[in-house]
Amino acid sequence: MTRINTKVTIAGVELKNPVMTASGTFGSGMEYGELVDLSRLGAIVTKGVANVPWPGNPTPRVAEICGGMMNAIGLQNPGMETFCARDLPFLADFDTVRVVNVCGRTTEDYVEVVERLSDEQAVDLLEINISCPNVKCGGISFGQNPDSVEAITREIKRHARQPVIMKLSPNVTDITELARAAEAGGADALSMINTLTGMKIDVDRRTFALANRTGGVSGPAIHPIAVRMVYQSAQAVKIPIIGMGGVTCAEDALELILAGATAVAVGTANFRNPHATVEVIEGIEDYMRRQNVKDICTLVGAVK
Amino acid sequence: MVNSMLHASVFSQEQIANQIYSMWLQADPIAETALPGQFVSVYSNDSGRMLPRPISICEIDREHGRIRLVYRVAGKGTAEFARCLAGNTLDLLGPLGNGFPVDRCPAGRSAFLIGGGIGIPPMLELSKRLEGHAQVVAGYRDELFLADELAANGDLYLSVESGHLFQVLSEGTGISAARRGISHGNVLDCIKENQLQADVIYACGPTPMLRAIKAYAQEQGIECYLSLEERMACGIGACLACVCESTDIDAHSQVKNRRICKEGPVFAAEDVVL
Repeated sequence: MTRINTKVTIAGVELKNPVMTASGTFGSGMEYGELVDLSRLGAIVTKGVANVPWPGNPTPRVAEICGGMMNAIGLQNPGMETFCARDLPFLADFDTVRVVNVCGRTTEDYVEVVERLSDEQAVDLLEINISCPNVKCGGISFGQNPDSVEAITREIKRHARQPVIMKLSPNVTDITELARAAEAGGADALSMINTLTGMKIDVDRRTFALANRTGGVSGPAIHPIAVRMVYQSAQAVKIPIIGMGGVTCAEDALELILAGATAVAVGTANFRNPHATVEVIEGIEDYMRRQNVKDICTLVGAVK
Repeated sequence: MVNSMLHASVFSQEQIANQIYSMWLQADPIAETALPGQFVSVYSNDSGRMLPRPISICEIDREHGRIRLVYRVAGKGTAEFARCLAGNTLDLLGPLGNGFPVDRCPAGRSAFLIGGGIGIPPMLELSKRLEGHAQVVAGYRDELFLADELAANGDLYLSVESGHLFQVLSEGTGISAARRGISHGNVLDCIKENQLQADVIYACGPTPMLRAIKAYAQEQGIECYLSLEERMACGIGACLACVCESTDIDAHSQVKNRRICKEGPVFAAEDVVL
């Protein structure tokens, strides 16, 4: 059998394979850890962590659409102190890279979390959520303007001990402007795409399907958009890109890699199939053997 | 602990009322450990439908390794399940959540098992598991289902919303098994009309019904457990889609929100705000 290398490096951090979890779909791994060997994963990306506990939005918070779903959870999270006391020690026991997703309402909120995490040895990378469409302040309001993306990235980089991944929104006219802005601000990597803002109406009740009225669309329906945006951004910046958006199988993951992503994340597919992450990893390995690819890095951006 | 998805085969399926289906699934590992009030996530065979449907367990046949789901067709996913025939397969995850605390009704105590509409099915397995006296109060809109089976495992009281159904039932047709009382109105009207007493209440059904039952239990000083429902995604406590408001700050969430799929779906009534 051909020896294959599935290791990739993001901002100096080596992942055993390029498959991560997408923030918000996997908690801190505790629940899925009963179904999946977490040490198989390239990285676990946690649900967003804020400086204080956030209650999130009213229910219903999710709805299904054809080929995907919508959510407006509203970044409910227990806050950084509980996260550090409970979730991080749990994650520390697994042989995987730990990426903590950080959310906030103001620049100061983000900085507070980033500083708190700087002492935590279990945190390998930070992913900064400037693209959540479901909260009124913070989130996407930072992520749609290149100047503010650059400014917040620079401010976070000033305080962060770990490398910083900026998570970008697809709800913009030209994502490459935001990608360049994050790079200019000193981002070590980018992740994209967050969900696309959508709306669903329950025609029987004549109400909005989500209490928040709008929500983030995810799942296979948005995958081609993710591939396109990863491709465009990979042409525009030099820093590595983590691609996500509707990955359900190895083929979807490989599309993002060929478009220019160094790693990929599996999100909504976890709900459809709790074993999706591991199946994507195995599928990539099968593909590499079948196609005689010795090193996954040779596939990054290799679309012709 | 649930550690893998189960590829389960449909043992039988029948329609038991308008839009209500009863499906037995061969699901040995689930049947082995399931408790009344727990649920399973049922996955669509259509790869484009991303979210499993949480369906409460109606009956557990441990001897044959089967579980029974009685569900209402409410959309495309449940419509697909309703088309399944014996021998077809469905992926399941479960048993999930925490069931009803059956030990709160030991021999010598009595309980109300109150089900409203599609909240009725979990009361069937519960009625079989209680050692104490089970008084099932089932609220129907316009058509009965599971009534004969419920009557076989406890005292059955029917409350019906439809005047027409009430009239039919009062004339003594439409239900064969013995039942203690029929009321025109809601489940609490039925309890009051029949002057029923209980030491503990177990209930599942629409939120307005649960809200009224919670108030009634509080007023009467009766211990009360409610099974809640909400739109779910992961079904295992990771995504935080299906939360309910909790009376106190929840240990997991650190806010007044509790996960229905994980800490529920059954909660002590005083612990949740409806």
